[in-house]
Amino acid sequence: MQWLNAVIQGVLLGGLYALLAAGLSLMFGVMRIVNLAHGVLAVLAAYLGYVMVDSFDVPWFLAVLIVVPVMALIGYVLQWGLFNRALSKGGLAPLLVAFGLAVVLTQLLQEFFTADTRSIQIGSLGTNSIQISEDIYIGVFPIVTFVVGVLVIAGVQIFLNTAPLGRAMRAASDDPDTVKLMGIDNRQVYALSTALALATVGLAGMFIGMKTQFSPTYGDLVLIFAFEAVIIGGLGSLWGTLVGGIVLGVAQAVGNQINPAYGLLIGNLVFLAILAFRPQGLLPKAVTT
Amino acid sequence: MSLLSITDLDVHYGDFQAIYGLDLHLNEGETLAVIGANGAGKSTLLKTISGLLTPTAGDIQFDGTSIARMPAHKRVPLGIALTPEGRRIFRSLTVEENLKVGAHTKRKGPWNLASVYEAFPLVADRRDRLGVNLSGGEQQAAAIGRALMSNPRLLLLDEVSLGLAPVVVEQIYAALPTITSQGTTVLVVEQDVNQSMRVADRVQCLLEGRTVLEGAPSTLTRDQVASAYFGI
Repeated sequence: MQWLNAVIQGVLLGGLYALLAAGLSLMFGVMRIVNLAHGVLAVLAAYLGYVMVDSFDVPWFLAVLIVVPVMALIGYVLQWGLFNRALSKGGLAPLLVAFGLAVVLTQLLQEFFTADTRSIQIGSLGTNSIQISEDIYIGVFPIVTFVVGVLVIAGVQIFLNTAPLGRAMRAASDDPDTVKLMGIDNRQVYALSTALALATVGLAGMFIGMKTQFSPTYGDLVLIFAFEAVIIGGLGSLWGTLVGGIVLGVAQAVGNQINPAYGLLIGNLVFLAILAFRPQGLLPKAVTT
Repeated sequence: MSLLSITDLDVHYGDFQAIYGLDLHLNEGETLAVIGANGAGKSTLLKTISGLLTPTAGDIQFDGTSIARMPAHKRVPLGIALTPEGRRIFRSLTVEENLKVGAHTKRKGPWNLASVYEAFPLVADRRDRLGVNLSGGEQQAAAIGRALMSNPRLLLLDEVSLGLAPVVVEQIYAALPTITSQGTTVLVVEQDVNQSMRVADRVQCLLEGRTVLEGAPSTLTRDQVASAYFGI
């Protein structure tokens, strides 16, 4: 029964990891940008939420509704201000720019908020749980996180498949030069892609802030989990990212069950095993470019 | 008045000059074929008209406005569409999605999904197939359909026949009268001289980035064209 419990908790945790990884997957899928600032941007969102809830007594759900569009705006500005220029230089430039951004943002957060850990208070939502059987309890908050994660992945995938802008994003991913010949400014498509990606990062950051204690350097761990979820699932596929998140979550939860010190280790080992034996991931994109 | 008017155009790729002081004029409703051997500057010319390349000197006027330094994506709403060399169909999109991306600017006109499917039955049959799974001829037909979806006033066709079986080339060229009958101006670039002489009102032959021969197909002899084409 403990093992079943561990798997259930792991699946729910996987929803959070998928939510964390969605933006990373999207930016890589559309622009081939490996956004090393992904984790610290999520932590930035958590701090924005923390300030609103802690200092201005904004209810947490309202803080979520504010942080998400603010992060989208930050994404739009970052793309026009930094990444579009870096992309035009080609090669490793976007990776280095993202790395620099991660370092600068982490330092700024240290400066403003110190290295103390914080968390966003959500009251009884954080502790309520539902009893499933005699000895299995499921927290309401992990369920909410999981549902939000699945909805975000599904929503972004449906948007990419059906909306004109989503179609333009996929076309720009295939061939940015030819997209211009369709009257589409690929840089604007990129800016909107990053805005969408950072909206999901904002949501993920808020959930991290509500779930756990975070500090300015917590982004490193977020980045690693997001990366592992994306790689396990298969690059460029959002459904794969969901699967990857769940695999990672279950591996960590089962590892914890074996020995509380083994959770992260087992998650990383599963990731390494996938890289070694199935480097294209569990659900690779059907068309590779 | 000319729809497209190019004067004294120079285009470089880095240090290499591909086009030297080229003049080209195209009236509304006309079909012009630009012919020439490999490396004559034909595709470079089309890339420059569509905005993928910026000229180093000279001017391009479209309907009286200078577009020489306008970004490519702003030229499509004015009514310029290019079917690029190599077709460049979006690989992970279906044929129908490719066409819909072509209609992104929402320019009004006779072309829409239904009329493109009618003009190119080959495209209609493959509408649900991914771009990556199309044959060369299907890609070419879909690429022309995609360009038409923006309802262009000026359609630029780059090397339509390249790498395709003659029977497929004929099928694709069979749609050209339908396109021009809508009043669309067409600039076609070809290595296949016979094909372009059949469809064009006027032919302009390039050699190493310069115009060497110009005229209506009926006024040009085979020998004239051959010597201009090969520069002998």
